[in-house]
Amino acid sequence: MLNWLRLSGRYLFEHLEAVFNVSFGDRYNPFYYLGSLAFFFFWIVAVSGLYLYAFFETSMLGAYSSIEYLTVDQWYLGGVFRSLHRYASDAMVITMGLHMLRELVMDRYRGVRWFSWFTGIPLIWLVYASGIGGYWLVWDQMAQYIAVMTSEWLDWLPIINEPMARNFINQASLSDRFFSLLAFLHIGIPLMLLLVMWIHIQRLSNPRTNPPRVLMVGSILAMLVLSLIKPAVSQAPANLDLSVSTIDIDWFYLFVYPLMEKTSAGTLWILASAISLFLALLPWMPPLLRKPAVVVNLDNCNGCERCYEDCPYSAITMEPRSDGLDFEKQAMVQDSMCISCGLCVGACPTATPFRRKTDLIPGIELPDHPLKALREAIIEQTATLEGDQRVLLMGCDYGVNLDKVALPGVVAIKLPCVAALPPSFLDFVISRKHADGVLLTGCHAGDCHERFGIEWLEQRLAGKRDPMLRKRVPRERIVTFWAGEEGGRKLLAEVSRFQQDLAVLGPYTPPQSDVRRRASGTEESA
Amino acid sequence: MIQLLRYTSQLLLYGAFIVTIGYASTAPTHTHIGDNKAVIKLTLKHAGQRLEACRQLSEEEQARLAPNMRVKEVCPRERSPVKLELLIDGELMYSATLTPGGLSRDGNSNTYQRFVVPAGKHALLARLNDDVHVKGFNYEKEQDITLSPLQIFVIDFRTDSDGFIFN
Ligand code: HEM
Ligand code: SF4
Ligand code: SF4
Repeated sequence: MLNWLRLSGRYLFEHLEAVFNVSFGDRYNPFYYLGSLAFFFFWIVAVSGLYLYAFFETSMLGAYSSIEYLTVDQWYLGGVFRSLHRYASDAMVITMGLHMLRELVMDRYRGVRWFSWFTGIPLIWLVYASGIGGYWLVWDQMAQYIAVMTSEWLDWLPIINEPMARNFINQASLSDRFFSLLAFLHIGIPLMLLLVMWIHIQRLSNPRTNPPRVLMVGSILAMLVLSLIKPAVSQAPANLDLSVSTIDIDWFYLFVYPLMEKTSAGTLWILASAISLFLALLPWMPPLLRKPAVVVNLDNCNGCERCYEDCPYSAITMEPRSDGLDFEKQAMVQDSMCISCGLCVGACPTATPFRRKTDLIPGIELPDHPLKALREAIIEQTATLEGDQRVLLMGCDYGVNLDKVALPGVVAIKLPCVAALPPSFLDFVISRKHADGVLLTGCHAGDCHERFGIEWLEQRLAGKRDPMLRKRVPRERIVTFWAGEEGGRKLLAEVSRFQQDLAVLGPYTPPQSDVRRRASGTEESA
Repeated sequence: MIQLLRYTSQLLLYGAFIVTIGYASTAPTHTHIGDNKAVIKLTLKHAGQRLEACRQLSEEEQARLAPNMRVKEVCPRERSPVKLELLIDGELMYSATLTPGGLSRDGNSNTYQRFVVPAGKHALLARLNDDVHVKGFNYEKEQDITLSPLQIFVIDFRTDSDGFIFN
């Protein structure tokens, strides 16, 4: 059931995102940066909030009029900041909601990834507490509605004996002190939110807290335009002697109150708690995801730190050498943080298929994807190919389903992530003429399931990141194609285009220097 | 040309984003209560009578207490629950026995209730018993009121002003 829901959700997202891919390109698709965008909107809210706070008066009479002053008399600055403050808060709800759904349907919440998911749940509560608190400060009719509903909601809890709602019975029952408390909370809760946002990304290396610049510029412009064409305004001032009747409410934040009116305070509590609890426990609901973590083979680890730098989940630490070998450090894997993506395997310089004298055991390896087996699979499978347009297609579980690709002159091999492939393997395939070209495919360019697989791989191929693809490998024989799961048809077209290119290139001839070296019997190394 | 199409489509998508926000941040309107309605709030923060009166200790009982804690009189602190009823136009709208707060039940009995009624004339009857030793109600107030639309009418209770306060 859960699986079915996840797959249908994924289907919906993929199709929606396809539209954005056409428009924004697959490196700047906002759907790939929803968490980062939520962060960005938070900063807009924080900065605009500081300005508003400078003018806000924490008293029963001052609250409303000080905000009116900003909105009306200072519309060009205070008013714009007020609108930005409101609309960026709404945008935060949207991006946060989509971000959560997306992590869920794209299956990035289970297993070792539980941490970000789990810490996301309090973020929802804190975002809502911050936003609702903000609307309360305005002390207009919407705030009055919030005051009555929130206090009735809190009063349902059997914790406080004296009903909080008594504070809002009539004008006389309200005090200025209450506004100081509200203002204090409206700073305290967002600060707590920021703290939890920071905790939320602690297990990720290089968390993307900033969206790409084009998206930042686009978002802030969009917010500005909205602020100018529809400035945020207050409703009539609150008056506790008269009930609120019909009001314009912000449905992003306040939908909970009409829901409570339709049901009851108790129902809302039960619903909110049950949903939170359900979400919090999701990572541990079957089907469980537990792949074996990578293992370090100290005999082959030289402590170069490449795996440590490339791990997207900070699962590797560099420790002092423990085995007496003449290296300063050694890699250590924290199993509970490793998502088994294999990016570290692709980074390890000792993972080279050219070794003949020693067995192929790299410094770091996935137990269920040994490189030795990969080397054999490459040799075996490519042996069935003929002609001079032989293509080795390599991909992962999150891109086009390679099992379904059946083309003449093409064999496909699946990896946990294409970046789990050490570049020396590409060298091996081409220079040993196992195939005429290699096509690497996987997720969408801006949306690697293992966070940095595509980025690291491209940098390794371009000679910008260790371990680099050796220069002797003609780059035109290695093609990358990022199309995501539904890019099957495009991939087929790309393969046949690639095969035509290969036909033009003709068979691979090693550079002269290489031929000489081999002739003189030098041992190969990657 | 393709570039132009891309920018236009981005503009449209940003547009859809801000239209969604601009719209749902103020609309559709929500009606909390209709404007031909009024509200009656019944609220109370009142400590019931002590369950047991203060009692002189006998010499014997005093002797049993530690010398530094010796007293002549003890006052059990537990208070009576408060029974509260509200009838609007003869119909019983609220009836509850409110237990006193505090671990030893020596605090206030509290309540807060909100009733939405049509604006116009209503007959109110509120009654309360704050002493389990008394039968029936020891406070009662009855009044006919006319509520204007959206008016909030508060029924509170204070012993220092003779019980129920209607306003
Ligand atoms: C204030 C709201 C939130 C903000 C600002 C936020 C921000 C972020 C950021 C910046 C990342 C890192 C993205 C990357 O570098 O790849 C992230 C990851 C993540 N977030 Fe959130 N998030 C929020 C709410 C939530 C919620 C409510 C959930 C779900 C309950 C959630 C679940 C996740 C998960 C599972 C990841 C990890 C993805 C992975 O391991 O690849 N987040 N978030
Ligand atoms: S497989 Fe390697 S890179 Fe991936 S999470 Fe585990 S240790 Fe990090
Ligand atoms: S990349 Fe390989 S050699 Fe380098 S530290 Fe990691 S395991 Fe050791």
